[in-house]
Amino acid sequence: MSESRNAILGKLRAGRDAHPLTPPESDFAVLRNKRWEGAERLERIRRMMEAVHTEFLETTEVDWPADVQAFLKAQGTRNLLFGPATEAGARLSSEWTEGGPELVPYADRVETFKERLFDGIDAGITTTLGAIADTGSLIVWPTPEEPRLMSLVPHMHLALLRADALYDTFWQAMTENRWADGMPTNALLISGPSKTADIEQTLAYGVHGPKRLVVVVIR
Amino acid sequence: MGETSINFAKASSAALQDQQLRGNFRRAMDGLMSKRAVQFADTAEWNGVRALGASVRLRALSKLPELLEKLEANCTRNGIQVHWASTTDEANAIVLSIMQRVNAKLVVKGKSMVSEEMHLNAFLEKHGIESLESDLGEYIVQLDEAMPSHIIMPAIHMNTKQIAHLFKQKIKEAEYTEDVAQLTDLARRVLRKKFATADVGISGVNMAVAETGTLCLVENEGNGRMSTTVPPVHIAVMGLEKVVEKLEDVPPVISLLTRSATAQPITTYVNMISSPRKEGEKDGPNEIHLVILDNGRSGIYADEELRNTLRCIRCGACMNHCPVYTKVGGHAYQAPYPGPIGSILMPQVEGLEKRGELPHACTMCNACVEICPVKIPIVEIMGRLRSEAVHPGDAVRGAGSHASKAEAMVWKGWSMTYASPLAYQFATALLAKLGNAAPASLPLLKEWTNVRSKPRFANRTLHALAREKGIPDV
Amino acid sequence: MSHDGTMSRPDIERPESVYFFGTCLVDLFYPEAGMAGMELLKQQGVRVVFPQGQSCCGQPAYNSGYREEALKVARAQLDYFPGDWPIVVPSGSCAGMMSKHWPDLFKGEPDEARARQVASRVWELTQFLVQVLKVKFEDQGPPVKITWHASCHAQREMGVTDEPKALLRQLANVELVELQREKECCGFGGTFAVRHPEISAAMVGDKVADIENTGAKAVVSGDCGCLMNISGALEGGKKPVRGVHIAQFLKERTHG
Repeated sequence: MSESRNAILGKLRAGRDAHPLTPPESDFAVLRNKRWEGAERLERIRRMMEAVHTEFLETTEVDWPADVQAFLKAQGTRNLLFGPATEAGARLSSEWTEGGPELVPYADRVETFKERLFDGIDAGITTTLGAIADTGSLIVWPTPEEPRLMSLVPHMHLALLRADALYDTFWQAMTENRWADGMPTNALLISGPSKTADIEQTLAYGVHGPKRLVVVVIR
Repeated sequence: MGETSINFAKASSAALQDQQLRGNFRRAMDGLMSKRAVQFADTAEWNGVRALGASVRLRALSKLPELLEKLEANCTRNGIQVHWASTTDEANAIVLSIMQRVNAKLVVKGKSMVSEEMHLNAFLEKHGIESLESDLGEYIVQLDEAMPSHIIMPAIHMNTKQIAHLFKQKIKEAEYTEDVAQLTDLARRVLRKKFATADVGISGVNMAVAETGTLCLVENEGNGRMSTTVPPVHIAVMGLEKVVEKLEDVPPVISLLTRSATAQPITTYVNMISSPRKEGEKDGPNEIHLVILDNGRSGIYADEELRNTLRCIRCGACMNHCPVYTKVGGHAYQAPYPGPIGSILMPQVEGLEKRGELPHACTMCNACVEICPVKIPIVEIMGRLRSEAVHPGDAVRGAGSHASKAEAMVWKGWSMTYASPLAYQFATALLAKLGNAAPASLPLLKEWTNVRSKPRFANRTLHALAREKGIPDV
Repeated sequence: MSHDGTMSRPDIERPESVYFFGTCLVDLFYPEAGMAGMELLKQQGVRVVFPQGQSCCGQPAYNSGYREEALKVARAQLDYFPGDWPIVVPSGSCAGMMSKHWPDLFKGEPDEARARQVASRVWELTQFLVQVLKVKFEDQGPPVKITWHASCHAQREMGVTDEPKALLRQLANVELVELQREKECCGFGGTFAVRHPEISAAMVGDKVADIENTGAKAVVSGDCGCLMNISGALEGGKKPVRGVHIAQFLKERTHG
């Protein structure tokens, strides 16, 4: 279809060159000036995410695997999907104790794992790259070790958030970390459990993605 | 007016009779307007982010051909295959050829207005491929064999009871319930099976980033992520105006989009896709195709004024704030894009022969202009299209198709009278004397007096009173 | 003009004289509102000039797609406002046409500069009373409950927001009850009302219901298009509420 390509681009070029357009300057100050101090960031993230039904679990660097296990056990969760090859995954494998929910590694390609993933997994746990105060959002970059569907298909998504990895705005996070130099296959902002208001504007949670989102805050 | 002309007046008349429908829209739009106002309560912030968003869109338009080339180059480098379509027929053919190559039987779709523009579902069904909408609102509308009535909330014209009946009637395992959580859960169960087994996922694109070759999608439900992650092939369709220059242009536009559309600071998911599954990755589609659709947009782009239509980020706020849309609902427009943006976009895309009535579906109240997050001069374009509809020319397809000799004569006579002080004062004095004798059954007066009393001409004009009172003339 | 199309009027010195542009609707249907507008200005010690050659801003043709015809009528106005005085208009819609759309309408025409100059002197009446003349009214009337309908073009093209209500609130015996949807269009829209009579009827129906809910005895507005529509519907529905132009209402309250 290179014929259409050239026709479209040719038409656009002719149209633009006949009437060039001078855009106003883009002033990002409105984003740059959005700032929250110290503890305000996490407070705001928590407030905004709780407003859309996100749950929070406060823990520490030492205790988080045990706390996650205890939490899931209390919820009656049967199993937890995790990425065994990550640092967090290694902690889970080594510190998980008998009698709790089963740890299920995301070890195979989805083609051989799909049935179990869709039908037999209660919860999935992933790391995050931090969170954003402005909108109350988690930054999640799936990797080969933590594939994309881990945060989507299980009914509950647990997300590990380090309390010092916080940004003011989405814009700050992407410019400071120079995302434009190399985007991953998939980058996500996640701001709550899946929801819809398509039936008479009544909010309902858990329409296609996770019904519950639990942010595990590690201090 | 041509035979193929879409009759907005007739369709809106039917909608106005439907008290249920009017109630549904009034309630929904009132709620959306007040919630949006809360999101933009800080006027300085609103002005700042709005100016930034408009500048991002204008900068993209100023370099549109170069950015599309850059997008193509970067997507290709990332492994995303790029296709170009001049028409919707061509876009459909591209999608079909991909489907046929992978022998697809079932397609799941995320929400995409461009696919509505392409009438893609009907096209695929014709070729024996099941095309299933997965956004809950779109799913409801598809079950109902209807069209979306709003670009963001497709099923906003229906209430819970109506949806409950529809589900009971159309979904095998459905039990009748008016509980929204249960209805939602039912859709979850039905659609999860489809996500898991679909051969292809189709999505729209909210923004494509030229700098990085990234497709951005915003959504709340997760069906967009499902459609773009689970099936082995992902096809994204986008209008050619959806490109932005830099990755850093994305945050302000998303902020304007989600706050304007549904009064959310952000949607549940912002999904940025830059490549198909890479070596070593365990999930994600093996192929991603991006179909870039023109369908009249390059023609719109050629006109300095009309090209502002292409700034649109499809938030739908103009609909929520339009007093006409609120009264008649989306279906009266009989178009994928209803409301103010539809009334300026559809005539330019499909031509004025067919859509020339739409620019008149507007009181020019400017409520849409006041809230448009990227400052599209919607009402000015509406006026321009009214003019194009009655004057032959080549800026818009079908220009002049609504020209009427009688109407032109009236305005000519009007302008001759009103441009001459003598003729004007003579005519107005005459109307002051005799105007009230006009019977209410006259054309125009008849429409007016349906619900209103007849306008009463004063005995003496302001000109006459001013003279009598000795108000100086110079 | 700001980028989104609304005007912000620069502060000007109190002038010795002003022009009054009556508008064609006032001329034919509401001359008493026009006279009241001029009276209010005169009460403030300003000399008011009403050029007899004026007719219409051209908006009816402009909004119907007949720009050449609109231009012809707009052009005919230019000769009658030669002095450097402000031009006061008792209508946000006509004022908006002149100050906002004339520059576009005359674009590329030999008299573009002149049209822009005239357009730059246009003021909506209540805006002029508040911002330039800084009027203070003394209410002389009996207690009454009223409501206010904001004209779309006054708000969104001329940037008139609080001025009219500020004037009404100066009146001690007047209770102003705001509409639930004060800013929503009444459904007039010029030719819209006759092109889409049913939608227009539904819109004005909602407006009338909103007005009735306030329990007001009068609905005050600054635009005769809206007034013709709203009072026509009030009368047609036999509602005991009167529609009145703000100039006339202010004059009645302050001038006996």
